[in-house]
Amino acid sequence: MMRGLMGAAAAAIVLVGLAGPATAAEDKLPAQNWSFDGVFGSYDRAALQRGFQVYQEVCAGCHGVKYIAFRNLTELGLDEGQVKAIAAEYEVEGGPDDDGEMFTRPAILSDYLPEPFANDNAARASNNGALPPDLSLMAKARTGGPDYLYALLTDGYADPPDDVMLGEGMSYNRYFRGNQIAMPPPLDDDAVEYTDGTSATVEQMSLDVVHFLMWAAEPKLEARKRMGIKVILFLLVLTALLYASKRRIWSRVDH
Amino acid sequence: MDKFLQNPIVQWIEYRLPIFSFMNHSIVVYPTPRNLNYWWNFGSLAGIALTIQIVTGIVLAFHYTPQADLAFASVEHIMRNVNYGWLLRYVHANGGSMFFIVVFIHLFRGMYYGSYKAPREILWMLGVVILLMMMATAFMGYVLPWGQMSYWGATVITNMFTAFPIVGDWLTTLLWGGFVVDNPTLNRFFSLHYLLPFMIVGVVVVQLWGLHVHKPTNPLGIGMKGPQDSLPFHPYYTFKDMFGLGVFLLVFAWLVFFAPNLLGEADNYIPANPLVTPPHIVPEWYFLPFYAILRAIPDKLMGVIGMFGATLILFLLPWLDTCKVRSAKFRPFFKMAFWLFVADVLILGWVGKNSPEGMFIIIGRVASVYYFAHFLVILPLLGKFEPTRPLPESIGKPVLKGGGEMASGAVAAKMEKS
Repeated sequence: MMRGLMGAAAAAIVLVGLAGPATAAEDKLPAQNWSFDGVFGSYDRAALQRGFQVYQEVCAGCHGVKYIAFRNLTELGLDEGQVKAIAAEYEVEGGPDDDGEMFTRPAILSDYLPEPFANDNAARASNNGALPPDLSLMAKARTGGPDYLYALLTDGYADPPDDVMLGEGMSYNRYFRGNQIAMPPPLDDDAVEYTDGTSATVEQMSLDVVHFLMWAAEPKLEARKRMGIKVILFLLVLTALLYASKRRIWSRVDH
Repeated sequence: MDKFLQNPIVQWIEYRLPIFSFMNHSIVVYPTPRNLNYWWNFGSLAGIALTIQIVTGIVLAFHYTPQADLAFASVEHIMRNVNYGWLLRYVHANGGSMFFIVVFIHLFRGMYYGSYKAPREILWMLGVVILLMMMATAFMGYVLPWGQMSYWGATVITNMFTAFPIVGDWLTTLLWGGFVVDNPTLNRFFSLHYLLPFMIVGVVVVQLWGLHVHKPTNPLGIGMKGPQDSLPFHPYYTFKDMFGLGVFLLVFAWLVFFAPNLLGEADNYIPANPLVTPPHIVPEWYFLPFYAILRAIPDKLMGVIGMFGATLILFLLPWLDTCKVRSAKFRPFFKMAFWLFVADVLILGWVGKNSPEGMFIIIGRVASVYYFAHFLVILPLLGKFEPTRPLPESIGKPVLKGGGEMASGAVAAKMEKS
């Protein structure tokens, strides 16, 4: 039975592999080399900070990251003073005050990053009817994750094939579901000026902003992987000891 | 243990509530067939998986909000702000998958070794009841994060109930708490998702009670005839089970820490939106074979009956398989049929994962027909015509006499009452 089950397990793995989601019209995703991949993966703090800059200066006009609070930004490798300064650049609604009036005040650490539009209708009105999705979970909410986002932002944008008629205001993107995307190519070379001197090519900015979005979607990734290594090592030792104990106990009887 | 039982406090309690002798009887000296292999580990693993789900689930419920406008955000709150919330949620989400893996292996082990045969029919049926309750629990649990796949999965599955004549609409309205999947649906699913696991615990207790009457079967499928055929549960099977638990936890930990979203759907990280239908609505992996059967049948009502029937037919298995020999070891043709059935279920799972178009329609239909043919045609025929191999005389004999050979010339296929 053991051999049969191994065969069945192998067959199951093959089937799962074959069972990938059907992507009829969309191209296959090229895989990137992310520092957060793998068992020992971690975020690159410089990339996170550059990515946040790209988000702030390019994406934030249309897309929110509503699950991220300013206090979370210390995880990008910024100190509390820097984050407080960043927060103070944003205005948020406070109140009601003693007279019952709402007012605006500079954001503080406990505030969440403000969303670009007051509501979905306002967002659609400013975007040709399309609703720019919140990006907090985007790196987990699409098949392919970071590889998909990077491909979408870089060589996904292309001239449409002759037989494709684009809707008004739509762009062609090889990797987008249905190939018609309402977001025009968001990045041009030198769209931002990096303070660390990194050259702001479209590829570099895409890598950085996707790095930032992966952190936004999975902020506990480093803690998870670090704990995972300890847990697995502990379990390997424990399981080996249990196996030795079991062998020893069973050696007392014929079986 | 004897010394322990002589302790005056233990004796005081024991006189009033004989819990210590009960424990001693049930999990220490409990005579267990000496030849159980590792496939018998999965019963205790299922109990552990259930316990893990209940413990993590209770703590998650401290932080989760079962309200349609807040549920998705409360899950993100657990992932981001609750101490070790990410761990709790990933353990609970992947724990569901681990529970199903373990229970499916347990179920297939029961099929291979004929564990459902007399006098263990009720044990088997209780197991099917647990499986059905697990499915309901898992389905409702998947709805709770209120993502796109939660919402649309709930819509597809609950809509199936409209197929039933007369009571269909009434039943669906009752499930929904209204006329569409909405906040009342989420509220009742949360309530039931919290309730059902404790009912599963109740059925598990009854199943264990039954198990301890006739004891487990074993790879040879013949009864224990005396002390030479058995070993005390402790320390032999406690340590075998603990080693199995270590392996189980290694696989589990790898999923939780290094691939926590592998078995999930990306779309469930998009908040539920009643106005946008995802292009491919797929259930969790453990429902895929049943989903394939549902879609293989062109008629809605028949599809629903086929899907439920695929599980319900397991209740009849003890009577569909009329062969008196339990273990597939001594049933060469049944052994082949068993592996074909396993392959068929895997194929159905693969079909369920893919869109029902092109070759998947044909494969899905053939595999669905084969699924039922296995129970309704192949098993009854095998019971009638299959030549079985001779059974060994006893469990203990092959190992205790030193020779590894099965007792040759043993009496042909004669079932022992255990």
